[in-house]
Amino acid sequence: MRLSSIAFAITLISTSEISLAAPPPLPTGLEPIISSAPALPAGLPSSSAPALPSGLNKPKSNAPTLPSGLDSAPPLPGGLESGSSPSLPSGLGSAPALPGGINQVEAQEADQEESFSLFNQDEPFINVEGFWDIRGGVRTQNDPYEDQFSLGETRLQIGLQKDIGPVAINIVSDFLYDPIALNQHVDLQTGNGWVDLREANIAFSPLDFMDIKFGRQILTWGTGDLIFINDLFPKDWQAFFIGRDLEYLKAPSDALKSSFFSDYGNLDFIYTPWFNADRSITGERVSYWNPMLNSLAGRNAIIESERPDEGEYALRLYKTIAGNELALYGYYGFWKSPLGFDVNTGLANYPKMRSLGASIRRPVWKGIANFEAGYYDSYEQGSGSNPFIPNSEARFLLGYEQEIVKNFSIAVQYYVEWMQDYNGYVSGQEKIGQMVTRDEVRHVLTNRLTLLTHQQNVTWSLFTFFSPSDVDAYFRPSVAYKATDEWLLELGGNFFVGREEYTFFGQFVNNNNVYAAIRYSF
Amino acid sequence: MTLQQLFLGLSTLLASNIIFSATPSVDEIVNRTNYTSYYQGQDGKAKVKMTITDAQNRTRKREFVILRRDVPTTDAIENNAYEGDQKMYVYFSRPADVNKMVFMVLKKTKADDDRWLYLPALDLVKRIAASDKRTSFVGSDFLYEDVSGRNLAADTHALIGTDDNYYIIENTPVNPDEVEFSKYIMYIHKTTFLPVSTEYYDKQGKKYKTYTALAVDTIEGHPTITKSEAKNLNTGGSTLMEYSSVQYDVGIPDDIFSERNLRKPPRKLLR
Repeated sequence: MRLSSIAFAITLISTSEISLAAPPPLPTGLEPIISSAPALPAGLPSSSAPALPSGLNKPKSNAPTLPSGLDSAPPLPGGLESGSSPSLPSGLGSAPALPGGINQVEAQEADQEESFSLFNQDEPFINVEGFWDIRGGVRTQNDPYEDQFSLGETRLQIGLQKDIGPVAINIVSDFLYDPIALNQHVDLQTGNGWVDLREANIAFSPLDFMDIKFGRQILTWGTGDLIFINDLFPKDWQAFFIGRDLEYLKAPSDALKSSFFSDYGNLDFIYTPWFNADRSITGERVSYWNPMLNSLAGRNAIIESERPDEGEYALRLYKTIAGNELALYGYYGFWKSPLGFDVNTGLANYPKMRSLGASIRRPVWKGIANFEAGYYDSYEQGSGSNPFIPNSEARFLLGYEQEIVKNFSIAVQYYVEWMQDYNGYVSGQEKIGQMVTRDEVRHVLTNRLTLLTHQQNVTWSLFTFFSPSDVDAYFRPSVAYKATDEWLLELGGNFFVGREEYTFFGQFVNNNNVYAAIRYSF
Repeated sequence: MTLQQLFLGLSTLLASNIIFSATPSVDEIVNRTNYTSYYQGQDGKAKVKMTITDAQNRTRKREFVILRRDVPTTDAIENNAYEGDQKMYVYFSRPADVNKMVFMVLKKTKADDDRWLYLPALDLVKRIAASDKRTSFVGSDFLYEDVSGRNLAADTHALIGTDDNYYIIENTPVNPDEVEFSKYIMYIHKTTFLPVSTEYYDKQGKKYKTYTALAVDTIEGHPTITKSEAKNLNTGGSTLMEYSSVQYDVGIPDDIFSERNLRKPPRKLLR
């Protein structure tokens, strides 16, 4: 009996005092506990009426009316009719928690029945969602190599999701009209053209401890905020710099993802049969530093690249121990951007690269801290001094995020790229007459400020990258207003500053832009 | 006949014509209220619909399924045995721009909560800093703490009155600087221990926020608030929260509350 140890304080009062605590108005269907005398707060002398709190001058009207569900007559207290009613409230006395096992069995039976019905009646035949998005952007300065309009497009995203038995089918595709694109040729790898297939996959669990997701999918792991070390899945940097929605920073992968789960740890293994490159800066939309021309370039020198025919492998081993999210990563494939150059074909290429890394993320003080490291082994022969093959790099990231006050949070990161065999790199650059070289160690600080106002319907955000070693910076201010549940209005910008034109962010100085967007979600 | 019934019956006989009543201790009242509000059953599941209305009568809707599992394996009120860490999985379906987003919380009574957000478009599992729990939950007039529960030890509790239907409890924060209220008063229904109404007072003693239960249903023996409203008297805004498909002791496995199920939602459980 659950209540057996409850100590009841027994208070006797005279019938004349009942009137002092007459019941408040009750809603329909509710029978008041007429005979229940008000009990006195602990500590009050028994002869006095219940003390009323300040602000509760009129207890009768201040007391809330009972909600509609509380309409069954409460049991009468024992004192009213001797022996005829239980002294315990019905809700507590009559309904001890049922043994977990009984209900659980029932629930599981119900689940199993559901899983065999092909078309669940609670669900629509197929789940459809998506949005319609219009956005435009303009450069805030002239760029001799690019269009004045940095962005001008409308896109309709349609997502279809259907469960057939234990298999979930998921398709998300964008249909867009982008007049600023140089051509409308559809290429599902680069996202060029009027259709950009974002997802087309099936997911299922062949075993209790195993998940499979097969097909085109968005893949993300690692701990960085807009900085990726061990996440070597494709990114779309062009979309990022011109002001498309952040979801487009992630380009889709065509992959088989198998995941294994156990108490000892979890493993993700991802096989990509054909190399999925970043949608990197080619000069088509964003001007960049071209070391061959030794100047900024854009549509006059679009980077043509040749993709390797081979596939990629990515692996993550992870486990959470006492709030510490630990992970080890491995990757076997290629540099994701065309950092190499084939002097025979004159095409940029993607040299071989494999990496190992680790990360930890955990609460620290009042926020979340993360550390991530990775070693990029650029293992093509002679990479050290070959100016057409990037050198190996060690990369480190340390981050911390905290909500400073209500609805305002700050996140900071410190990121390092440390080039290996730097002397070899410098001599390689000299060989081809390159006058400008990068630093051995590139340091980057980032800062994210996020403020929510107007009942969290307006999001003010500023993300800043600043490199003290390159002496350049990239600012991403934006404000988004959820006008209704369906309509979102957004204004934002991308601003680059740099002392030199050849540093990572400095090369984009002619791409400063502001953009505006309207989105209708359904 | 239980011991209490016997005892009370006996007392009644002795008390004869004198009206007789039994009032639990303050500690028991607040614990029972805490239990009925947040801990009923070993686990629970509900579909929740929020309608947020601002002072200009513009409305916004939020729809989500919430799965909860208690770490303590008992529902016993004695020695606060029911009270402990909880795991929550909140799967959003509306508005459309947050469809399939998941918010997961490991609520800890003795430390900061662990919280994650899953953003499906980016396949991103984001760990979020333990924030001020008195921040609006998804833009509504309910706060994180209203949804997940406020630690009983954060306030002192006093029974300041009763009437036929309610125990009236005044709660005063132990650390007033951490919260925006000076006190809150709960009207706790005597037989179900449900908080039918809660009124918050600001530092000047002015009432600025009320929570009212509008409908109650007894589900699997557990009295459950299925409709409640939060009103912000300062802004004129309000939020109606409606629960449907409430189930207890569903048998939600512990491993639902994991990164695996953030990335691959347990659809059967979420129906």
